[in-house]
Amino acid sequence: MIARDRISKLTANLILLALGILFVLPLLWVLFASVNRTAGLRVELPTSPTFANFKAVLNTTTTYRPVLNGLVLCGGAALLTMVCAVLAAYPLSRFKTKFNRPFLLTVLFCTGLPITAVMVPVYGLFVQLNLVDTLGGTIMFMATSSLPFAIWLTKTFMDGVPISLEEAAWVDGASNMKALRRIVLPLMWPGIAVVLIFTFIGMWGNFFVPFMLLLSPERLPASVSIFTFFGQYGEPNYGQLAAYSLIYTTPVLLLYLLLSRKLGGAFALGGAIKG
Amino acid sequence: MTTSATAVPVPAGRKAGRNGRPRGANFVKMMPLAPAIGLMLVFLAGPILYCVYAAFTNMALTGTGAANVKFVGLDNFRKAFGSSAFTNSIWLTLVFTLISAIIGQNTLGLGLALLMRRSHRLVRNFVGTAVIGAWVLPEIVAAYLLSAFFNDDGTLNVILHKVGLPGQDWLYAAPIIAVSIANIWRGTAFSMLVYSAALSEVPKEIEESAEMDGAGGWRRLVFVTVPMISRAIMTNLMLITLQTLSVFGLIYAMTRGGPGTKSQTLPLYMYEQAFSFSQIGYGTAIALVMLAIGAVFSLIYLRGLNSEAA
Repeated sequence: MIARDRISKLTANLILLALGILFVLPLLWVLFASVNRTAGLRVELPTSPTFANFKAVLNTTTTYRPVLNGLVLCGGAALLTMVCAVLAAYPLSRFKTKFNRPFLLTVLFCTGLPITAVMVPVYGLFVQLNLVDTLGGTIMFMATSSLPFAIWLTKTFMDGVPISLEEAAWVDGASNMKALRRIVLPLMWPGIAVVLIFTFIGMWGNFFVPFMLLLSPERLPASVSIFTFFGQYGEPNYGQLAAYSLIYTTPVLLLYLLLSRKLGGAFALGGAIKG
Repeated sequence: MTTSATAVPVPAGRKAGRNGRPRGANFVKMMPLAPAIGLMLVFLAGPILYCVYAAFTNMALTGTGAANVKFVGLDNFRKAFGSSAFTNSIWLTLVFTLISAIIGQNTLGLGLALLMRRSHRLVRNFVGTAVIGAWVLPEIVAAYLLSAFFNDDGTLNVILHKVGLPGQDWLYAAPIIAVSIANIWRGTAFSMLVYSAALSEVPKEIEESAEMDGAGGWRRLVFVTVPMISRAIMTNLMLITLQTLSVFGLIYAMTRGGPGTKSQTLPLYMYEQAFSFSQIGYGTAIALVMLAIGAVFSLIYLRGLNSEAA
């Protein structure tokens, strides 16, 4: 029995290692190519590592402006999402009315709505309202599209804060909003952080929405500019492409590390959505 | 103050008094929902309704459909289902969803989660980091990395040559397979996390007692473990199917739907019709079909979930 157990453990480890290597190979390419002046398309160790690729892309048009745009766009949209999600989650979590279940089911359904499907009418709506190529309009749409998932997650986290604490506050005459601000929010800040960071990461990588709704090069976030910049000039410089990809990825990597170190990260997420 | 006072549920009478309270109280309590509902009405419900309207018109950005929009009944749908490009994109979407989400991400995610329970800590950390690393990458970066991987000069061919197999430019030879594998590479982490969380809540004793009764590895997996996490499986399947149906950036950046229309899934076909060819009416008809496919999948999984709960 023990020998069999050891063999099965060994097999599990070997299969996992093989899978891990398959997952790592494309990642290695971006790491190696970014410091290789003559980078090609295959994974190869650079003979003389250099930061020239990073220097070449670190300028206003290529990097600074798109990254700043991305921060404004995704930061603004994530905050708007969070405020609306917290407000919406409170009555859903605290008061049981006939309205809750249908609303939550609608939200669950919207969570999976193929956003690409509504982009044509949204574009039409933006033309009508004169919102095409405005950061404000794009922020509102991005916030809306991530709201259903954010509401769902926030409500799940809020359900974990015992209602008895608020009942004491209510007896003392506190209003709902005061109870939410003073009692519920301080107790669920890890949950808030998880939702906020996940919303931001999702938006940071989102290509289609800003690609459709923003036109001027000076308003494009990094997710779109990387595509237009390297798509325009025929054969791209792979080293620079890799360097830029790394710079563009850094914010979400940092946020993800923060999340998994401090908050149990995605495991909390997995626990929250398994329903 | 009086309004907020009526909104406060009085603890002592909470159970009995709910229905007896004036209607206004419920309304005020639900007020915080307003911003979220407002945004969702304007930017989600509005566009979906507009979709339903525009799909039955000849709306276009240029030409006759731009000047005077008129109802054309089911013409757009007739045109769609009569067009080989549309049926081709439906097939490709189903193939893409089946291979990359339902089979690929789901099975691989479950497999990884199961194997990780029996593996060494170092191996587990290495694999977990690699898989999650692929997931955290922005869509377009992932597309570039996988394009490089599948290219004629790319890493995949280097490996194939090493073991004596012929290589080719996979993005030309088998584009839909290449983008499906790209989506598996990028999306498996999500299923892995969901299943890891679900498995961690399966009581050890149940599996151990099954082992005592002589159930082998596969029997234990199929008859004990999988039924215990069936809710997680259904939820996960629903979420990843719907996500995969709407994948656009990954495919667009890797192949632009090509060569020809060999990887043109529904979102890309819709984009081409609505924006490259300016056929808004026809584009929204396609969007409506896409929403309908999403709804059908949701209903199937929700049924699965409900029958599970009952």
